[in-house]
Amino acid sequence: MTAATRTLLDKIWDRHAIVQRDDGQTLLYIDRHFIHDGSRRAFEVLGERGLKVRRPDRTFGTPDHYVPTNGRDMATIEDPDARLMVEAIARNAAAHGVAVFGLDDPRQGIAHVVGPEQGLSQPGMTIVCGDSHTSTHGALGALAFGIGASEVSHVLATQTLWQRKPKAKRITVDGTLGAGVTAKDVILAIIARIGADGAVGHAIEYAGSAIRGLSVEGRLTVCNMSIEAGARAGMVAPDDTTIAYLEGRPYAPKGAQWEQAVRFWRSLPSDAEARFDSEVALDAATIAPMVTWGTSPQDAVAITERVPDPADFADAGRRAAAGKALEYMGLTPGTALSGIPVQRVFIGSCTNSRIEDLRIAAQIASGRKVASTVRAMVVPGSGLVKRQAEAEGLDGVFKAAGFEWREAGCSMCVGMNGDLVAAGERCASTSNRNFVGRQGKGARTHLVSPAMAAAAAVTGAFTDVRALLGR
Amino acid sequence: MEPFERLDAVAAPMPVENVDTDQIIPARFLRKPRKAGYGQYLFHDVRFDDAGRERTGFVLNQPAYRPARVLVADKNFGCGSSREHAVYALWDYGFRAVIAPSYGDIFYGNSLKNGFLPIVLPVASVVRLRDLVQQSPGAHVIVDLDLQQVIGPDGRRLEFEIDAFRKHCLLHGIDELDFTLGHRAEIEAYERTQSGATPWL
Repeated sequence: MTAATRTLLDKIWDRHAIVQRDDGQTLLYIDRHFIHDGSRRAFEVLGERGLKVRRPDRTFGTPDHYVPTNGRDMATIEDPDARLMVEAIARNAAAHGVAVFGLDDPRQGIAHVVGPEQGLSQPGMTIVCGDSHTSTHGALGALAFGIGASEVSHVLATQTLWQRKPKAKRITVDGTLGAGVTAKDVILAIIARIGADGAVGHAIEYAGSAIRGLSVEGRLTVCNMSIEAGARAGMVAPDDTTIAYLEGRPYAPKGAQWEQAVRFWRSLPSDAEARFDSEVALDAATIAPMVTWGTSPQDAVAITERVPDPADFADAGRRAAAGKALEYMGLTPGTALSGIPVQRVFIGSCTNSRIEDLRIAAQIASGRKVASTVRAMVVPGSGLVKRQAEAEGLDGVFKAAGFEWREAGCSMCVGMNGDLVAAGERCASTSNRNFVGRQGKGARTHLVSPAMAAAAAVTGAFTDVRALLGR
Repeated sequence: MEPFERLDAVAAPMPVENVDTDQIIPARFLRKPRKAGYGQYLFHDVRFDDAGRERTGFVLNQPAYRPARVLVADKNFGCGSSREHAVYALWDYGFRAVIAPSYGDIFYGNSLKNGFLPIVLPVASVVRLRDLVQQSPGAHVIVDLDLQQVIGPDGRRLEFEIDAFRKHCLLHGIDELDFTLGHRAEIEAYERTQSGATPWL
């Protein structure tokens, strides 16, 4: 491959390859490793082998999955096994000299919110974490992907991973997004288009004017859900927006090193003649606010549409899955999505819990009331997001409308901390997975944007948020 | 890690696309210690009802499929969450291999790290094999990693691909971590070069 045809993926990959084997496996150096309260098993493996963390200076931790969101007191974690998980990260990090943003630290939050917020995630890096939504950090122009517990222990011990280079898929979204249409709608539209396995074995590079027009926070939302299309990594080439976002963040380079880093980051975007293994294109103007109707993120349609009839799917596998999904979701084919009542609303998760997400949700909630039939909660992605929202008075807007205002954590996206949706309840959720039982046994999850979630909260049903804009 | 030995075992059919790791093991069990065993949690909420009774319709609750060690699944098996517990649950139940047209990338990697073999075969081959084990409950499938072959109940041999390094590690039960620690000198050399080129990292 000549130098003029390299992708962003090629450039990052080549810089981090330590050993290349003939069979396609590469020993890849890892620049940044995030750990969380699900990382206990990986430290056990180190302990069993008498190994130490090779680069504690490259490793950062924050408890997120098991932490309570109704307070910061670990004693309130009722389940002793869950409490052990949160205690273990502090103990393990201390034993290995790893920095942790604990429950008493305002920087604590969801790893995929904290990393970018602190400037720990930077262009050109390889970034891993024992969580599939690590793809989020690719929004900064990094190669970031989720790993399992064995790989976490491997990275802790060696700062490397054996990997086969993924194929490169470019998804180009050109044009202008309509009012009330956000990054979440873009990624749901992409997944609906290519399918839940549409990018298996690939790293996605998101490109086009609509992607370049997104803030870094919007790009984080898009890259976050790459894994829901099967891609372990999603990325956006670094540009002025990226550099402006990083400047001045606590762990971003400073002084002469900042200048040097920026020069390097400017060299990373894919070459004009870069070759991708596959390409997909979408027109931003055709994307509407989206809502899922089934139990896979690919089951997403515009809010203006109806629940599909499984019989209309040409593919037999998809037809069978859609039938089972509608049964679980308690939906009838042909029902208009707009107007379906919800009982729960969750605004949070590594997909949509950043300040811009809270601002747009607050804009919809402002001067309105959560429907009496709905219980709604807002869970900021980090202590610093919470602090910023409070400085802007957003907490007051949410509380006045009847939303619960919580502490940072993964919360109801996965329910490991006990924030669960009851069986049979329908939840408008800004999270990333509508899998069977994901938010609780029997819970019915519909994935939406923060604006759409707020609209559902104040109207008591799925509603096209565009009708609530521009008062 | 246990070496992967030739399997001649009952295969269970699971004709469902996009089986995510939340289905393989629900999140509420992930806090359990590894040594407690995860077999009881495998496919928990589809395998058991709210009272903890077996659901009769579920494949592993049918007597002929209970001793299954091979799962014949569908596309994108193991998608979603990175939880390695999905592999622990399959392993602890007794499964040693899964056959599907494609996998969630993280699940695929996690499997190999635990001596569990995820075999990729073309859709048509998977469907035919799955139909055979569905029509003859309890039928055996042979998995020969050394020859890179699956032999169906009909005697048909299906060849599969796997990276030579992964195959070697599986066959000999070699732990990747020990292998990588042998590359310490290269890792140190890389770090020296990197700290010169990108000192801010």
